[in-house]
Amino acid sequence: MIGFIATRLFQSVIVMLTVALIAFALFRFVGDPINNMVGQDTTLEERAALKERLGLNDPFFIQFARFAGNAAQGEFGFSYQHRRPVSELVAERLPATLELSLISAILALAIGIPMGVYTALRRNGLLSRAFMTLSLIGVSLPTFLIGILLILFFGVILRWLPTFGRGEVVDLGGWTTGLLTESGLRSLIMPAITLALFQMTLIMRLVRAEMLEVLRTDFVKFARARGLPDRYVHFKTALKNTLVPVITITGLQLGSIIAFAIITESVFQWPGMGLLFIQAIGNVDIPVMAAYLVMIAFFFVVINFVVDMLYYAVDPRLRVDARGGH
Amino acid sequence: MSVSTSEQAGAAPKSRLRSFLDGDVWYSFTRSPVVMLSAIFLIVTFLAAVFAPYVAPHDPFDLASIDLMDASLPPAWEADGDPRFLLGTDDQGRDVLSTIIFGARISLIVGIAAVAFSIVLGVGLGLISGYVGGRLDAFIMRVADVQLSFPSILIALLIDGVARSVISRSAHDEIALYVLVFAIGVSGWVQYARTVRGSTLVERDKEYVQAARVIGMGPTLILWRHVLPNVMGPVLVIATIHLAVAIITEATLSFLGVGVPPTTPSLGTLIRIGNDYLFSGEWWITIFPGVALVLLVLAINLLGDWLRDALNPKLR
Repeated sequence: MIGFIATRLFQSVIVMLTVALIAFALFRFVGDPINNMVGQDTTLEERAALKERLGLNDPFFIQFARFAGNAAQGEFGFSYQHRRPVSELVAERLPATLELSLISAILALAIGIPMGVYTALRRNGLLSRAFMTLSLIGVSLPTFLIGILLILFFGVILRWLPTFGRGEVVDLGGWTTGLLTESGLRSLIMPAITLALFQMTLIMRLVRAEMLEVLRTDFVKFARARGLPDRYVHFKTALKNTLVPVITITGLQLGSIIAFAIITESVFQWPGMGLLFIQAIGNVDIPVMAAYLVMIAFFFVVINFVVDMLYYAVDPRLRVDARGGH
Repeated sequence: MSVSTSEQAGAAPKSRLRSFLDGDVWYSFTRSPVVMLSAIFLIVTFLAAVFAPYVAPHDPFDLASIDLMDASLPPAWEADGDPRFLLGTDDQGRDVLSTIIFGARISLIVGIAAVAFSIVLGVGLGLISGYVGGRLDAFIMRVADVQLSFPSILIALLIDGVARSVISRSAHDEIALYVLVFAIGVSGWVQYARTVRGSTLVERDKEYVQAARVIGMGPTLILWRHVLPNVMGPVLVIATIHLAVAIITEATLSFLGVGVPPTTPSLGTLIRIGNDYLFSGEWWITIFPGVALVLLVLAINLLGDWLRDALNPKLR
């Protein structure tokens, strides 16, 4: 057990260090950090003094260690474009992205699972076929096109919903939320659906496949043979056994939701982390890019680590392998 | 009697085409109208893309042929439409249908080049990993595992974004396409490497490979001449589906403004440009390139799904 955790932890640290190294190399070697901080009229002596004071003359590894240490504390320096600490920008933008991602994940689960169960139980029903066809189209429709279509219908033609921004937000001690105002909620609808649609089709197909698998097993047949009502067999016996892999995959998909949030935020001009990153690429705002790189990598590493641990806890076969194999 | 003998005599030296037409793959192809439709659509699109300068009704990049008086015309069937411009024109008076044909050309070029790059990288690493084994194998597969835990579109976006900030602004437009192909290619190599490594492990211990080793063939030659042809089957299937993914990735990156430059717009760039005019009601500038993209991707996906099933004897 400890060996398994140690291996995984070691891997995670290596990944983080690699990403931090790339982020640092970007920061240090793309353009001149000094040039980006001072005005045109700064003399060469002043520049040299600033360079010395910031420690940019130190050996590479010392600089990298300092960068990694600061990054671990959430400090990424000043944004070239916004002229503000990156940590402040991130703190401002993070709630928007997390709110959008969370609502989308809930939406995807709340609609995807029932659709999957339905299509598994009524395999040849008309509605099931419609769902399956829709899901095929859903997979072929790129996220940004879904957003554009929604904007066209509900924003431009019907004029029901706002097409960009977060609406009014309420500040709850550093955490801004759009969930408490009407305009905030209305602004959330289209981005959340856009982001949820792909995950929804994925969850639906997964639940359907797992459910069909479970319905074929002996214990379900046995439950039927005992004369248990269909409803009980389907929802108590079968569905319960379907949900374990579904929850794991959903956990892993959390990362994808954050990644796809970049696209959704860009379509709807949603003021989150993803939009910040895309704008940073456009403006070559390296500190912001570095911060995003490190944060997204950290997020993924944590998710994967947790999922690995969960697998280990749930699946006894892994424990045997770990003891015999390593 | 005589008929059957003559048939047999004719069939004896079966040509490759003949045996393909008699085979299961072709049979299942002719039996599914959806797949045939997809194939026809793809062939037409490919031809239109290749011969774009001759097929497109207008040349959207020839400034002499563009007239600002024609700007923002709706599709031909609408009241204000102009029969010269079937799908309408954009804000600069360019024919939307023509820009779509040229855009599909760029999308296909980037998509196919990225897939080819992925194949070379993935198959190469997979062969080495499977054949050499040991620490190198463990290392390559670890890297693959780590990469697999990130969505490929995120990897492509990160590589592309980082590369963009490294490259000077003036050089952007010239090498943007290569950067894009590199970014999308790198984001997709893992699947090939894993599959090829698996098949290589199986082939490595077979007698024909041992025989080649015994007669003193070098490992490079063995991998190239003997192992490679025997592990390429599944690669074809992966590549088909991957092409759809690569085209979507390219379109997404271009839509986000970090893909191909606006001077040579792909479908994604066209959608991005048109998106600005959505609010003023000029929906055709963005919707038609979008429809073209979806149809292209859908057709490739359908064909890929069919190919996977048709080539997999277990499913028959």
